[in-house]
Amino acid sequence: MSQKVLLNATEITIILNRLACQLIETHLDFSNTVLVGLQPRGIYVAKRLAALLTEEYGIKNLQLGYLDITFFRDDFRRGDKVLNASKNEMEVAVEDKKVVLIDDVLYTGRSIRAALTAIQSYGRPSEIELLTLIDRRFSRHLPIQPNYRGRQVDVIKNEKVIVSWKEVDGKDVIYMVNK
Amino acid sequence: MSQLSVKHLLGIKYLQPADIELIFETADHFKEVINRTIKKVPSLRDVTIANLFFENSTRTKLSFELAQKRLSADVINFSVGQSSVKKGETLIDTVNNILSMKVDMVVMRHPNPGASVFLANNVNSCIINAGDGTHEHPTQALLDTYSIRERLGDVAGKKVVIVGDILHSRVALSNIFALQKLGAEVKVCGPKSLLPKHIEAVGVGIETDLRKALNWCDVANMLRVQNERMDASYFPSTREYSQQFGIDMPLLDSLDKQIVIMHPGPINRGVEITSDVADSDHAIILDQVENGVAIRMAVMYLLASKI
Repeated sequence: MSQKVLLNATEITIILNRLACQLIETHLDFSNTVLVGLQPRGIYVAKRLAALLTEEYGIKNLQLGYLDITFFRDDFRRGDKVLNASKNEMEVAVEDKKVVLIDDVLYTGRSIRAALTAIQSYGRPSEIELLTLIDRRFSRHLPIQPNYRGRQVDVIKNEKVIVSWKEVDGKDVIYMVNK
Repeated sequence: MSQLSVKHLLGIKYLQPADIELIFETADHFKEVINRTIKKVPSLRDVTIANLFFENSTRTKLSFELAQKRLSADVINFSVGQSSVKKGETLIDTVNNILSMKVDMVVMRHPNPGASVFLANNVNSCIINAGDGTHEHPTQALLDTYSIRERLGDVAGKKVVIVGDILHSRVALSNIFALQKLGAEVKVCGPKSLLPKHIEAVGVGIETDLRKALNWCDVANMLRVQNERMDASYFPSTREYSQQFGIDMPLLDSLDKQIVIMHPGPINRGVEITSDVADSDHAIILDQVENGVAIRMAVMYLLASKI
C-alpha cells in the first residue's frame, strides 16, 4: 500500500483560514447562518472552522450542528457493508436559515445528496451551500459541486484520500493511499 | 462495521450480548429520529413487511406498524379473524402465499410456542417474533432493558425483580435472558402456583415475599395476570392476589430506597399496581412504549441489511 502526502499541517491551517475568510465574505456576521458538519468525519472540519471563526475572527453566537446521513443513504442493502449510524446533534433551527454543509472529502456526491434530504427533517432552509476541504475532481456520480473548496485533487478510483486530525488521529495531515 | 450475528429475531436466547448492544446503539439514533419534526427516514423504502397476528395485540402491532412506517417500509397487515386460517390453511401455506407476493420480512405473533422458529426453518424470509405463546417476546425484552439502561445508565450490575404471572408470560422469559446477557441479577416473585417448576434452572432467584423482593431490587417489572391463558384457578381471588403481589403507594413509600416500576401493559389497574403508582415518577411505563418504536426500528433496520 503506497502513501503520498497531499497536504501537511501548515497547508491545512492556511486553507482553513482561507475558507473561514471566504465564509465571512458571504455570511458576514453569521446571524442567519447555520454551519452543519456531516458525520462522521465532516464534523472535525466544522469544529476547526467554528473555532477559527469565533477565536480568530470574532464571530459571536455561531450556530453549529452535526448531521448524520446514514438513514438517508442510497446504498443501504446494496453490497455487504452494514451502515452504522452516528449521532445527530442538530440543536439549531434551520428553518429559513442559510445552511452550510461541511464535509472533509467530496467524492461521488452521494453523501451530499443524502445530506440534502436529511437536513429537510429539521426544517426548510432558505439556502444550502457546500464546503469541502478536499474535492476529488472527475469522480462525481451526481451534479453536485462545492461552493467553497479547500483543495482540488486528481485521485483515481482505487486510491483513497484520508484526512487525519490532531485531536482524533494524532496529527494534521491529508494523504492519499493506494488500496 | 458491526452487524447482528443472526438473520432472524426469534428470541433473546439466540442473541449475543454484542447484538443487544448494537440494537441499543442503533435505537439511540432512531429515538432521536422519532423526536424530530419529520419523524421519518427512507432507509427501508424498498422493503415490504407483513405483520401476521394470529393472536390479538394492540400496542405491539401498533408499535411495529409505526416503526415500519417511520422507516418508509411498505406494510401489509393480516389478522387471523379475517383470514383463510379459519378455512383450514396451514401456517406454512399461509406464509408462503404471502411471500409469493414479494414480501421481504415477516413479523409474527402466534399463540403456539416455537411458531416463529418453525416458520424460520420452513420458509425463505426474515422472521421477527412478536410473541409466540408463552415462549418469547424478544422486542418487549429489548425495549424493557433499553428503558432500564436509559433510566439507570446501565443494565449491568442492576437487580431486577419480575413480579406476577411468570408461568404464562413470554415477557418474563425474554426479559430474564436479556437481563442476564447484559449482566443484571434477576429474581422472580409471585404466588408459587404462577412460578414455573425448575425456573431456578435458568439462573434466577425465587422470592415469594413481595416486600423482601422490592427491598432487594433496583427495578420491579410488574407483569399482568393473564386470565386468558389460565386453564385453572391459580390463586383464590384477584383481591387476595393484589393484596399479596400488588404494589401501592404506601408499600413503595415504606421501602428503604427508590425503585423503578415497569409494566409491559396492558395494566390491570388496582391488581398488579394501583393507579397512583402507575402514574407516579417511579413508573417508566410510557417511556417503555416510546422506546418500543425506536427498538423495533433498530431491529428491522439491522435485519433488513441482511436480506
